[in-house]
Amino acid sequence: MYGFGLIRGLIVTGKNFVQSFYNPSRYTTQEYPEVKSTPPEAYRSFPFLVTDSETDPLGALRCVACLTCEKECPAQCIFIEKSKDKKPDANGRLQFYPTQFIIDSSVCMSCQICVEVCPFDSIKMDKVFEVAVSSRFENLLLTRDKLTKSNQYFHLISPSEAQEVDDRLAAERKVAQEKAAAQAKAKAEAAALAAQVKPVPAP
Amino acid sequence: MSIMPENSYLGRTSEVQGDILEVSMGPHHPSTHGVFRMVATLDGETILKLKPVFGYLHRNHEKLAEGTSYLGIMPYTDRLDYLNSMTNNWSYALAVEKLSGQVATERAEYVRVILAELSRLQNHICLAGFLLQDTGASGTPLMYAFREREKILDLFESLSGSRMMCNFQRFGGCRLDIPEDWIEKAKIIVENFRVFLDEFEALVTGNEIVLSRTQGIGILKPDLAINAGITGPVLRASGVNYDLRKVDAYGIYSRFDFRIPLGKYGDTYDRYMIRVLEMRESIKILDQAFATLPAGPIIDPKAKNRGLRPKVGEIYSRIEGPKGEIGFYLISEGGPNPYRYRIRPPSLINLTTLEDMCLGQSIADAVIILGSIDIVLGEVDR
Repeated sequence: MYGFGLIRGLIVTGKNFVQSFYNPSRYTTQEYPEVKSTPPEAYRSFPFLVTDSETDPLGALRCVACLTCEKECPAQCIFIEKSKDKKPDANGRLQFYPTQFIIDSSVCMSCQICVEVCPFDSIKMDKVFEVAVSSRFENLLLTRDKLTKSNQYFHLISPSEAQEVDDRLAAERKVAQEKAAAQAKAKAEAAALAAQVKPVPAP
Repeated sequence: MSIMPENSYLGRTSEVQGDILEVSMGPHHPSTHGVFRMVATLDGETILKLKPVFGYLHRNHEKLAEGTSYLGIMPYTDRLDYLNSMTNNWSYALAVEKLSGQVATERAEYVRVILAELSRLQNHICLAGFLLQDTGASGTPLMYAFREREKILDLFESLSGSRMMCNFQRFGGCRLDIPEDWIEKAKIIVENFRVFLDEFEALVTGNEIVLSRTQGIGILKPDLAINAGITGPVLRASGVNYDLRKVDAYGIYSRFDFRIPLGKYGDTYDRYMIRVLEMRESIKILDQAFATLPAGPIIDPKAKNRGLRPKVGEIYSRIEGPKGEIGFYLISEGGPNPYRYRIRPPSLINLTTLEDMCLGQSIADAVIILGSIDIVLGEVDR
């Protein structure tokens, strides 16, 4: 019958209209400024640098300025200046550090390749999504102090990944400590052995 | 002396008074799906000549890739056809895998099929919504389609971190493993999608206005479609049985039981209907893939992504994207970047027959014919 298709369509529209008042699967919108959506844990927006220390954020950066992310970044939006001297990191080992670490967030395309290639778990993806700023040049150029965020913050935004990274780093640290301890012990033993073997000159 | 200045537009009346009128639609026309221009020569309302003009969104993608590492090209492929980053990633990953002799793991192959079919669902429902928007059904079907599409995009977001720029495939597998609860969520969404498709068809398919607007409009003859190199749903709507999922059986598509829907007349209605039927077949594939998803590593532990330097050689690799054959042609000279990188974009090649479909139709129909080809300007211009 001519016109039946139209009526059938109107029934669908009517059903959707009525159900939009009580059926959650028909809700389509959120009232944004009042209700903010919680992004999923995998969500990524822009990179930030992880620091292990709360008190001296720039002193305990995990980044050792190896320049891997700078080389791999497809958009070439990362600029790093490597230090001449070394500073102790969270493990107490002397490492290089970035004297400058700049990400041009107007060029960054949030592909998280820098996160993937980083061998030190020092650069991670943030979850901020309200990133509008008033100035085009100063505010979009993220410098080292703007990029640095604490490990606690990383735990806050992506708990399971942060825990996994912490566990892995702790395991690595333990292995390194054990190795160092074993080396020290072996050295001490060798020294003791040498002392034993060494003939004591007779008076 | 005329009151009009000599060079003003209104002063030169000869074009307006004649029967033939040249109309430039776009580049900022809402029906052109992006920055695309159609220069139509009209006799009254009938199209005599139509020239597609594109290139407004050219981003130097292919040349850019020649200076980028193989891994670094992956996020750029998201931005080709930005509705289907998953299939673009897959096609590129497959090309590099073939070039460098890597093989994806079993689980990754299943995950790729699942993601590609989900991508096909959301692309086709999006197309159906846009097509109806172009016919003048303002809002309602498009919003219903977008509501369901958003659920699939939420799946992509919870998996890869981004709704549309997924950057998910890697050489030798996928970037992350699929969590168990993600699969449960996806199963529910696919099940609901089946119900939604019935509802959408009740809304649209039998609607008399849609039928009279789309049937017999923009007919594409099968021999022209073959000669012009058309692929994808546009080709199958003309009745040519050619689907790379069957012809090439790339990945693991030979293990799934599904059929290829074919059109009969090659008009706009057939092109719409093919998409609806393909979505139903995609749901079938998804059901089978969810049931048989094996355990195992998602990415080959020996897979090389960073600092990849494939052996000297060249490769062309293609898959059936939602819009047609998306292929990547790579030449390696043993360096960290491809020597030549070329994309076969389905949207651009399907667009070449736009004039043949539009000739003799009215200008209002050109809009829906363009809508039924399903172009994305990010891919046309690259």
